[in-house]
Amino acid sequence: MRFLSNLVTGLGLGSVYAIIALGYTMVYGIAKMLNFAHGDVIMVGAYIAFFALTKFGLPLIPGILVAVVGCTVLGVVVERLAYKPLRQASSLSVLITAIGVSYFLQNGAQLLWSASPKMFPAIISTGTLNIGGLSIAYLTLLTIATCIVVMVCLTLFINKTKTGSAMRACSEDKGAAQLMGINVNRIISLTFAIGSGLAAIAAVLLCANYPTVTPTLGSMPGIKAFTAAVFGGIGSIPGALLGGLLLGIIEILSKAYISTQLSDVIVFGVLIVILLVKPTGLLGKKLSEKV
Amino acid sequence: MKKENKGIIGYLFNNRHRSRTISYGMVIIAYLILEAMLRTGNLSNLFLGLLVPATCYLVAAIGLNLNVGVSGELNLGQAGFMAVGAFSGVCVSGVLAGSVPAIPRLIIAIIVGTILTALIGFLIGIPVLKLQGDYLAIVTLAFGQIVMNLIMNLYVGLDSSGLKFSFVQANFTLGEGGKFLINGPMGATGTERIATFTAGVILVIIALVIVYNLIYSRSGRAIMAARDNRIAAESIGIDIAKTKMMAFVISAALAGAAGALYGLNYSTMVASKFDYNTSILILVYVVLGGLGNFNGTLIATVVLFLLPQLLRGLQDYRMLIYAIILIVIMLVTNNELLKTKVASLRGRKQKAKA
Repeated sequence: MRFLSNLVTGLGLGSVYAIIALGYTMVYGIAKMLNFAHGDVIMVGAYIAFFALTKFGLPLIPGILVAVVGCTVLGVVVERLAYKPLRQASSLSVLITAIGVSYFLQNGAQLLWSASPKMFPAIISTGTLNIGGLSIAYLTLLTIATCIVVMVCLTLFINKTKTGSAMRACSEDKGAAQLMGINVNRIISLTFAIGSGLAAIAAVLLCANYPTVTPTLGSMPGIKAFTAAVFGGIGSIPGALLGGLLLGIIEILSKAYISTQLSDVIVFGVLIVILLVKPTGLLGKKLSEKV
Repeated sequence: MKKENKGIIGYLFNNRHRSRTISYGMVIIAYLILEAMLRTGNLSNLFLGLLVPATCYLVAAIGLNLNVGVSGELNLGQAGFMAVGAFSGVCVSGVLAGSVPAIPRLIIAIIVGTILTALIGFLIGIPVLKLQGDYLAIVTLAFGQIVMNLIMNLYVGLDSSGLKFSFVQANFTLGEGGKFLINGPMGATGTERIATFTAGVILVIIALVIVYNLIYSRSGRAIMAARDNRIAAESIGIDIAKTKMMAFVISAALAGAAGALYGLNYSTMVASKFDYNTSILILVYVVLGGLGNFNGTLIATVVLFLLPQLLRGLQDYRMLIYAIILIVIMLVTNNELLKTKVASLRGRKQKAKA
């Protein structure tokens, strides 16, 4: 029973990682860049949600919507100002720019909202659901449910809509997509918008589970989710889900049964082992070498 | 055709030697000026404390440039290697504290730190170098975090029965008169500060000698060939795995040497100092300096290391401005319009010369 309850907690944490990992994986799939600033978009989302819920006293759903809109705008603006001019530049230049954006957001947040931690309000009742001796917090259920809804919506969007197929086309071959009349720049902006919007949802879930809001809140979940995205095969949306869930479960189980301090060692160790067996992640595309 | 200059100046500034002459020259001149200021007491306390760390970052950045610039493999775990060097150096110095005077002890600590880091670099390199591109980068990041987390849980102590270490605090007891060398998350405490600026500068020069001799040698050209075209390089008989490993291990070893010096410059040192932010900081130095360009690395490291200190007057805004400077530099140096402008200006200059 204790194992099952740990497993569910792991699924809850994994759901948060999965939603963040979607942002990494979508941006990588289409813009081929490692967006190191994604974790800090989460942090901004957390602050927006915090102020919307406490200072302006908005109810939960509008509060989350405000955070989603705020993060979407932030994502698009950052893409326009910092990444778009570097479309033709080397991937390392883009990486350094993303790091610059990350520093900027972290220090900006520190200036605006100070480094002292803020307590995120409880978003739903702290009760638990009991199923035959197994007790699950409502919050965990809500987190998992949100992840499922996000996943289903995103999969439908990518596979069934015209814009979704345009996105897939761009990730396959940008040049060919452009010849087919797809506005590649618009698609890239849209990808950043979706990824950042998801970051806001992840921020609310993250802060509901770990209720302290600080300017560096996003960096560790960001790195973990990035690991999750690579785990599942970066660029693959089902891979992000699988990677996120696995990472969450491994982290919680190793905390529960092996060592709290060494859980990060185990998480990163598993990543390395998986990449050695499957060099492009669990569900990643196989790289073929052309001679 | 340009006429080759003869004599010693011609030798120092010909195509083969120009960049190293400039590198050594910059380091030696900077050292002489700073040492003179140091002797006459013209250096503020703030800068005094920055001298040794600056040389440490220089050595680590030179090493990283060998890996990222020359070998073309993105490494996000350089700080992990620095951590290995730092904590092994601290341990060695702690063990030898009573019996060996400071300067030989510093040298031994750096050598042990370097060798141990090279060994760990080799072990990590075996799995890492099987991967390519962004996957390789994320695995180096993972290893960096693993190393940092392991050291945060490492307990090393010295008592009458000898050197003891453990990863579990509960299993760790020291005998009468024993002392901790590394105390888990508290890190190394009570380290004697034996690092000196002169040692740092010598280390920078050694690092430069190593990388310049490597990149102009047969092995160095093999490393660059493997970077530029893996398959073509393989087809002419270059052992890709071996060349990549050489660059990776030397890069790690330099980071280890830098770490050992860094660790012995502070009386307390925690492992979390060497998280991925530090790796990224060093990567920023290398990329802004120019990949494969060691003069660029020297200048960029010193400027970017000092920049936050020079911006101190702006107080809270300094890191914000640092971030903006970073983004603007990237946008400006990658601006197509500006690039063609610079190229045409250069072309005109060369025409004028001819």
